[in-house]
Amino acid sequence: MTTPWPLWEVFVRSRRGLSHTHAGSLHAPDAEMALRNARDLYTRRGEGVSLWVVPAESITASSPDEKDPFFEPAADKAYRHPTFYAIPDGVKHL
Amino acid sequence: MTTAPPADQRSPGLAELERAFDTAVAAEERIEPRDWMPDAYRATLVRQIAQHAHSEIIGMQPEANWITRAPSLRRKAILTAKVQDEAGHGLYLYSAAETLGVSRDELLDKLHAGRQRYSSIFNYPTLTWADVGAIGWLVDGAAITNQVPLCRCSYGPYARAMVRICKEESFHQRQGYELLLALSRGTEAQHAMAQDAVDRWWWPSLMMFGPPDDRSAHSAQSMEWKIKRHSNDELRQRFVDICVPQAESLGLSLPDPELRWNEERGRHDFGAIDWEEFSQVLKGNGPCNEQRITQRRRAHEEGAWVREAASAHAAKRRARATAAIGDTTATGDTAPPTATPNGATTP
Amino acid sequence: MTPAEPPPAPVAGTTAVAPRLVGDEATAALMLGDDALILSHRLAEWTGHAPALEEDVALANISLDLLGQARTLFSLVGDEDELAYLRGERDFRNVQLVEQPNGDFAHTIARQLYFSLAQEIRYTAVVGTDGCPTPIRELAAKAVKETAYHRDHATEWTLRLGDGTDESHARMRRGLEVMWRHTGELFAAVPGLPLDDAALRENWLTALEAVLGEATLPLPQGPDADAWTAGGGREGIHTEPFGFLLAEMQHLHRSHPGATW
Repeated sequence: MTTPWPLWEVFVRSRRGLSHTHAGSLHAPDAEMALRNARDLYTRRGEGVSLWVVPAESITASSPDEKDPFFEPAADKAYRHPTFYAIPDGVKHL
Repeated sequence: MTTAPPADQRSPGLAELERAFDTAVAAEERIEPRDWMPDAYRATLVRQIAQHAHSEIIGMQPEANWITRAPSLRRKAILTAKVQDEAGHGLYLYSAAETLGVSRDELLDKLHAGRQRYSSIFNYPTLTWADVGAIGWLVDGAAITNQVPLCRCSYGPYARAMVRICKEESFHQRQGYELLLALSRGTEAQHAMAQDAVDRWWWPSLMMFGPPDDRSAHSAQSMEWKIKRHSNDELRQRFVDICVPQAESLGLSLPDPELRWNEERGRHDFGAIDWEEFSQVLKGNGPCNEQRITQRRRAHEEGAWVREAASAHAAKRRARATAAIGDTTATGDTAPPTATPNGATTP
Repeated sequence: MTPAEPPPAPVAGTTAVAPRLVGDEATAALMLGDDALILSHRLAEWTGHAPALEEDVALANISLDLLGQARTLFSLVGDEDELAYLRGERDFRNVQLVEQPNGDFAHTIARQLYFSLAQEIRYTAVVGTDGCPTPIRELAAKAVKETAYHRDHATEWTLRLGDGTDESHARMRRGLEVMWRHTGELFAAVPGLPLDDAALRENWLTALEAVLGEATLPLPQGPDADAWTAGGGREGIHTEPFGFLLAEMQHLHRSHPGATW
């Protein structure tokens, strides 16, 4: 029985100026191999210019059970959005 | 993965969870890994995604069978890239399955033990070079017909994997078609080779859509859950209608004397499928069942010492990094100490 | 008018037809092209058999890089398929190392380490040497980036196998020893490429020793470059497994003379 390789989450920057986006996951014995595997697996068709690999267990995620306390309070704060403010017609550059 | 504290005390009742799930699915919202989902939904997805992943991996074999004999360097490059894509697709899918709380190793063990299936089509042999083309055109064509609707599957990670896969699959189908076209327009022997391959692969390709709707065990529930979007028979009909004109352009015939256009239905009628053959191959009596599993198991077993060595090396380096007090530059030595993917981990 | 056939899609890794080389320069392109073609073939044999699925993908990538290099080099000499499929065993000019059977994964990694290090060093020298034929220098400039990745892959695995478990250490050591006797001709002079091959070999040894040292592996001590070692690939003398490789690679193409695929 062999020890299974840990799971890594892969993030790809598709081009300069964009942020890294989650692409999927893979197994690798360590970070160096994870990077190399990610390169072969997720950028075969020139999909990326930069890669991150993160041990899946290092990620802390919000719980879906807490969706309401976490995210709902943000929904009723319309004053955070520019469209909340009425500006007379003809006012420019605002 | 570290998660926020469990919210058991505040957990709504089961009925409420189910209602929220049903509402989300009905509203075409995606279900994500850490959402509550019915056990049967999870089990269905694990079964289907695993079978799909296994099919990609086993499906490498009949085509890899011809890489070392490809008749031109151009074809060799194309075929190698194609088989490589299949390994990649298998990996995307295992990765989607792992978000449901199963590990890839568990799934591979089940495959090796014959407890999980892969697509029956790969239990047929590739006897000539033209079979590589027939697989690309018909088998990948059937797969795409099946898979495109899965890009809208209710389970997020599966749908996202399918988007990526479908983009790459269209290259596979085209290369198969182009390969057959070259043979069909080539010498007499090449043309005959192409026709023979289509004759052998046509019916098994139609079987890829699964049993007829009235005999399909899992269909109704999967449709309701939006894991599946169209019935087996509907997809099969769609595939036949697509293939008929493509075969004409190829200059090859399809081996079905009953195949004809039905003006009234606006679709093609076609002959009866030999479901006995399908069930025999499914049971393990196809020409290559034994061979395919044996090869996969052997690769896995013969690779065990390599995987073990890499794990041992990683452990040594972590130990050294820990010993080297104050050395914080060893950025590569942060792999988790145990390797058990704990399932619902994908963000 | 017959319907126009779709033009064959260009395959990544190949370039358009360049001016043909002749004489020693053609021989150089053939030698480097044969190395790349035959190693590509051996690596492709791993497809579906690798120790992990991730490694299936990685080995196929390297195989495809090498195949692309071979196709470009052949295009400098003649028709790529004629060169690959219609030459007999004695006409191939690859070093014997690349035709050696895959063996276990450690044998393959040993072969990869020896070869990719040598190829990277040679390509780098070709790029920097004015006397080398321009089209080969152009190929080398592109290929050296691929080769650096191949060397990196082989190095990473050598470290893991050498400094992994007792079993992997023993297997890696064995792989290095078995392949060692075929390393002597890696830096035999290639006609048409005016390089300081002895100096390149020194660089290769230095780089190799560094990798093996880190991997806790000894440098093999057997003969590698004297009268008792293997060699002769550049003169068309090959090892027994090569005939079988060619038989498999060429049989379909040769069974349909004149056919297009």
